Amino acid sequence: MKIKNLEELQRIKEESLKNLNGRESKKRGRVVVGMGTCGISAGAKDTLRAIVDEMEKQSIDDVAVIQSGCMGLCEVEPTVEVQIGDEEPVIYGHVNEKQARRIVKEHVVKGNVLREILVKRGKI
Amino acid sequence: MTVENTILICAGGACISSGEQSVKSTLEEEIKKHGLDSVVKIVETGCMGSCNLGPLMVIYPEGVFYQNLKSQDAKEIVEEHLLKGRVVQRLFYKGPTGEIKPRMKEELPFFTKQVKVVTRNLGIIDPSNIDEYIANDGYFALNKILEWSPERLIEEIKKSGLRGRGGAGFPTGLKWEFTRKSKSSEKYVICNADEGDPGAFMDRSVLEGDPHSVLEGMMIAGYAIGAQYGYIYVRAEYPLAIERLKKAMSQAYEYGLLGKRIFNTNFSFDVELRIGAGAFVCGEETALIRSVEGMRGQPVQKPPYPAQKGVWDKPTVINNVETLANLPVIINKGADWFSSIGTEKSRGTKVLALSGKINNAGLIEVPMGTTLREIIFDIGGGIPNGKKFKAVQTGGPSGGCIPDEYLDTTVDYDSLTKLGTIMGSGGMVVMDEDTCMVDVARYFLEFSAEESCGKCTPCREGTKRMLEILHRIVDGEGKLEDIDSLEELAISIKDTALCGLGQTAPNPVLSTLRYFRDEYESHIKEKRCIARSCKAMIAYTIDSEKCVGCGACARACGVNAVIGKIKEVHKINQEACIKCGSCYVACNFDAVKKVDAVDLVED
Repeated sequence: MKIKNLEELQRIKEESLKNLNGRESKKRGRVVVGMGTCGISAGAKDTLRAIVDEMEKQSIDDVAVIQSGCMGLCEVEPTVEVQIGDEEPVIYGHVNEKQARRIVKEHVVKGNVLREILVKRGKI
Repeated sequence: MTVENTILICAGGACISSGEQSVKSTLEEEIKKHGLDSVVKIVETGCMGSCNLGPLMVIYPEGVFYQNLKSQDAKEIVEEHLLKGRVVQRLFYKGPTGEIKPRMKEELPFFTKQVKVVTRNLGIIDPSNIDEYIANDGYFALNKILEWSPERLIEEIKKSGLRGRGGAGFPTGLKWEFTRKSKSSEKYVICNADEGDPGAFMDRSVLEGDPHSVLEGMMIAGYAIGAQYGYIYVRAEYPLAIERLKKAMSQAYEYGLLGKRIFNTNFSFDVELRIGAGAFVCGEETALIRSVEGMRGQPVQKPPYPAQKGVWDKPTVINNVETLANLPVIINKGADWFSSIGTEKSRGTKVLALSGKINNAGLIEVPMGTTLREIIFDIGGGIPNGKKFKAVQTGGPSGGCIPDEYLDTTVDYDSLTKLGTIMGSGGMVVMDEDTCMVDVARYFLEFSAEESCGKCTPCREGTKRMLEILHRIVDGEGKLEDIDSLEELAISIKDTALCGLGQTAPNPVLSTLRYFRDEYESHIKEKRCIARSCKAMIAYTIDSEKCVGCGACARACGVNAVIGKIKEVHKINQEACIKCGSCYVACNFDAVKKVDAVDLVED
């Protein structure tokens, strides 16, 4: 394929930029979804999808969404860990789709910890 | 938004030679084994700069920086970091005192003081993928200038103040203007990638890590002077650079960014690779031109300059790799932006290769006008093993040594020239107190004498005679008049040699004579080497009070020069000793001493 003008060059740039997206540090913080077998069977895939979707809706691009394995808290799966800035990480349990969206709206955007689904503060 | 990890693994020359391939293959295997290959992407990038920490990788989205990796570490990273989301602290960068430094790449002190213009894409993009170059504004500068007149382009580069990064620092815009004004229907652009200074690897890293920026730069230069053809002259010793250049060229042709009627304009440009056989003199432009033409690489007299009569006797512009890689950024961000970086007479940044006795050996880019102290101590992390800084050598065999009293000198073309050295292509070799400056001068002169093409007498014979004198001084047979002879020879070679190689070859000797004359004198008068590095002037002895008679030194000695029974004090037979230092290293009781040989005789 030959590039004939600026528009075509611009199009390749934009397409390619999407692929490079994952290559910057999301500095403000991270949201980790437990995606071990236990998590997935408890519905972690829906939780993850809801978080990604809500992050996009809220136009948050400085917080990383990461999948991890089992944290060892199988009884409260799906689990989500949120860490913003230098704050202590917060782990939520039994996070369904609805709670996932609340986590993004309340904790990630406003910084309010959701006490009712809180499992643990600090590192596992 | 996709949920995935991207792993950037440095595939620069240094990381490859320290085992990047085996780390990468284990990583791939493990990722596959755990079924992560759809969500984890591995990208091999160009040199990230911190070569002494290699092999290394950065894992996004967290931006975690892992260093000094072995293939078994890759397994742990997959199992801990990727699978369980737990970072592997053990593999973080640690400061000189052992504390764990920030884990993010961006927070490493090595990176915070740098300004990346030429190396903007190194360690960020995949050099073998043109789309990633385009994503970072690649080929937009070319598109932009094709709407300008060549005259406007030359004005812009003149305004930016860009000077040639190959060493001499000639203003790039001016060089182009001369070549543009030469009347000819056929003109050429040559990219000089014949980087040959000991301790220099800037151009190689740029070619390996961002080959498209050099291609784009060549086309910009070609449009400015009215050339349709370009040659890249690269050394055969850079196989990876050659491979990536070839790939980059074929991708650019595929996209129509090289070839006929680029971006549907009347501008056409073709590029050809020319592989040099690794002769240092071929970095000199007239010798390089002969070599491109397929003849023996020997310099010819200037004028006529290449701007009038270059390759195939046609007007030719020769620009260095780093100069060319600067061009797309200058066009995209503007001459005013570029000239706001650096000093009044040296605009922009300089890529430097740090090597020698320095903690963070590697590739860095700093604004012109940064002090040597900042470069060596802040970015370079200082001297290893608590040793004292002695000198820094810049400009390779054409440059000179700068002693510690000038550490606050800024790095730019003019202040380095004032100190009797040159900016050169950007190699910086750091030396500590254990380095003998006479020996350093001898090393660089030996290089120049060996690389002399032999065409002109001053260089061919003169460097040989100087080298003989230096050998004599180092061997402890120097005479006092040797220093005068060295100076006389140096000055006449500088004045009479045909090309840059000969004219600058005496610089290492002249600069060490200027700052370290006392070392020359002590070698000659007292037969003492201050750094205790010249074998002819040192001796090893055993301290009878500290020796416990363990016999470690005797076992280490390859020539049976250590005498003594177990549990008795050992002695060294000076006649048999070859001064290899094995006993010195082997002793655990600090009993083996390195002394000046003259003192030994007095005892």
